[in-house]
Amino acid sequence: MRELYGGQAVNEALTLALDLDERVFLAGEGVGVSIHDNPMGPTYGLLDRFGPRRVRDTPVSEAAIAGLGAGAASLGLLPVVEIMFFPFMTLASDMLVNHAAKFRYLSGGRTAVPLTVRVKAGIGFQAGCHHSHNLEAWFAHAPGLKVVFASNPADLKGLLLTAIFDPDPVVVVEDLTLYRMRGACPEGDSRVPLGKAATVREGSDVTAVTYGSAVHTAMRAAEVLEEDGVSVEVLDLRSLVPLDLDAILSSVARTGRMVVIHDANRFCGFGAEVAAIVAEEAFADLKAPVRRVAAPDTPVPFAPPQEQFYRPGVEDVVATVRRSL
Amino acid sequence: MGSIPNQQRLDILRSMLLVRSFEDRLTKLVREGARVPGMQILATGQEAVVAAMLALHSDDVLVSNHRSHAHLLARGADPRELMAEILGKATGVNKGKSGTLHLAVPEVNALMTSTVVGAGPPLALGAAFAQQYREERNITAVAFGDGAAAEGSVHEAMNLACVWKLPLLFLCENNHWAGAQRLQTHCAGASIASRGHAYGMSAETVDGNDADAVYEATVRLAEQVRSGKGPSLLELVTYRMHGHSESDTQVYVDSKELDAWAKRDPIDLYVSRLVAAGVCSNSEVKTMQHEAEAVVDSAVAFAEQSPEPQPEEALTDVWSANGPRGV
Repeated sequence: MRELYGGQAVNEALTLALDLDERVFLAGEGVGVSIHDNPMGPTYGLLDRFGPRRVRDTPVSEAAIAGLGAGAASLGLLPVVEIMFFPFMTLASDMLVNHAAKFRYLSGGRTAVPLTVRVKAGIGFQAGCHHSHNLEAWFAHAPGLKVVFASNPADLKGLLLTAIFDPDPVVVVEDLTLYRMRGACPEGDSRVPLGKAATVREGSDVTAVTYGSAVHTAMRAAEVLEEDGVSVEVLDLRSLVPLDLDAILSSVARTGRMVVIHDANRFCGFGAEVAAIVAEEAFADLKAPVRRVAAPDTPVPFAPPQEQFYRPGVEDVVATVRRSL
Repeated sequence: MGSIPNQQRLDILRSMLLVRSFEDRLTKLVREGARVPGMQILATGQEAVVAAMLALHSDDVLVSNHRSHAHLLARGADPRELMAEILGKATGVNKGKSGTLHLAVPEVNALMTSTVVGAGPPLALGAAFAQQYREERNITAVAFGDGAAAEGSVHEAMNLACVWKLPLLFLCENNHWAGAQRLQTHCAGASIASRGHAYGMSAETVDGNDADAVYEATVRLAEQVRSGKGPSLLELVTYRMHGHSESDTQVYVDSKELDAWAKRDPIDLYVSRLVAAGVCSNSEVKTMQHEAEAVVDSAVAFAEQSPEPQPEEALTDVWSANGPRGV
């Protein structure tokens, strides 16, 4: 299959959505003219192609950007708004958590909010904790918001396309370190359904449940463990809300062991929810306690060796899988 | 005030009377200990705001705030469905999911009500953007209070709406109180309208208890917005005659100040003016009052006789049909 960089895959999804439907528009800080101008960038070239009516640079106003999206969506447009870095989502969170997520409910089902919020996440680019802080569990905790988190170019494209045309508000988390990762990516309207996990590696001893960049950490760990004769099944959730319970439970039923891996910190992280569900629904299948591999409960540190230390690595996954055997 | 047709002025008066009657009934129900769930946040003394609602076009979009009954009744929302919603009934306009605080009445283009103070303007910005994007002729109006004017979100919305020249009317009901904090203790600067000037928009402060002044200023500013000149800000200076909600006994309010504002009751002022101008007679006003009471009687009867929603209905309306299923 054709290969693209992650950023190009996002760009292709946005291009296709803008081409397909006049109701789609983009807004955010630098979605047109960007300080991060780069042909690998997710919105590179879209202003030239679609013009300023549909590709809107905004002031530095995250509440207004999110409100713009929620309000325009509730009148029937299909906004795709961008929040530049995940920690800035706190500034947009009232509009998302209290408004976009709740309008359908509060109106008794009379208002739909088909909003897409793209947010750049990730760790490992030495920007410190005001640019790096994976907050996906916050938004997964807000009823009414869907949350997707891709690990590869095909899913960056396919999940985003589905999100844009989904009738509910969707937070699309893009690990920006994947923008420069090359991988297979289908051409055309390659939508990926929300709520469907992907088994990216089959195995029989342990289920590694993960998403985003951590999928690659898990895959490398699985290769190391294979050399020791340990067979790890790697499940890429792709979508946190809706969550593919069937995929998790059926894999755990086969392996009897689960390790959850994410780049976000541990306490009340998304892994805690996955662990709780498996404890409730699949206790009898478990041969060992569920374990988590996650970042420590500190802000993301700046100094490169500390940032490296913070982010869960291959050795952490290998060690944790071994503990569960 | 000769420019407002008599019929329009009578409609404004009728609307004010309906709002007063509707909200006085809620006060009475709360005081009688009748089953009125939750808090009641009323616009008693601020009813001249209905003139602003009636100055808008029916296809204009409204984003309202926690003190919304006056806005919605003036827009033509069904008093029966509103009362049922306020009492938490299945027949309510939002099936009991909203209560008084988050009413959405799409059939009168009252798109949404936010009770997060200051959240309305960014949302209204989105509605106004959609109108501009589709090259529609209608506009969006957003109601907020003097308290909300201190929220950063309001300023983000004003700035962006002005940069993009969106068709958005900022309607600030300055009722002198943000909770228990009086205006002078929470609001810097000469006026809230002056903040509009800072963003380069047309902005006016008018007597918010003078329904004619409210109507004319709204028409004037809304037409500017409609003509593509970008947002405007209208500050209505009025007074919150009740507490923040009906459980607030206003211990912090100077009774002399309340008495002074009671003498400027917007309905009394308007009735005197219309009667003096020969637009209507005192007996016609009485008839209008009785009609308003009858509408409210019917609304309360409908609401009280309506069933409560089934508890498990609480699980519906979170998602579209393709939303997540439970664990």
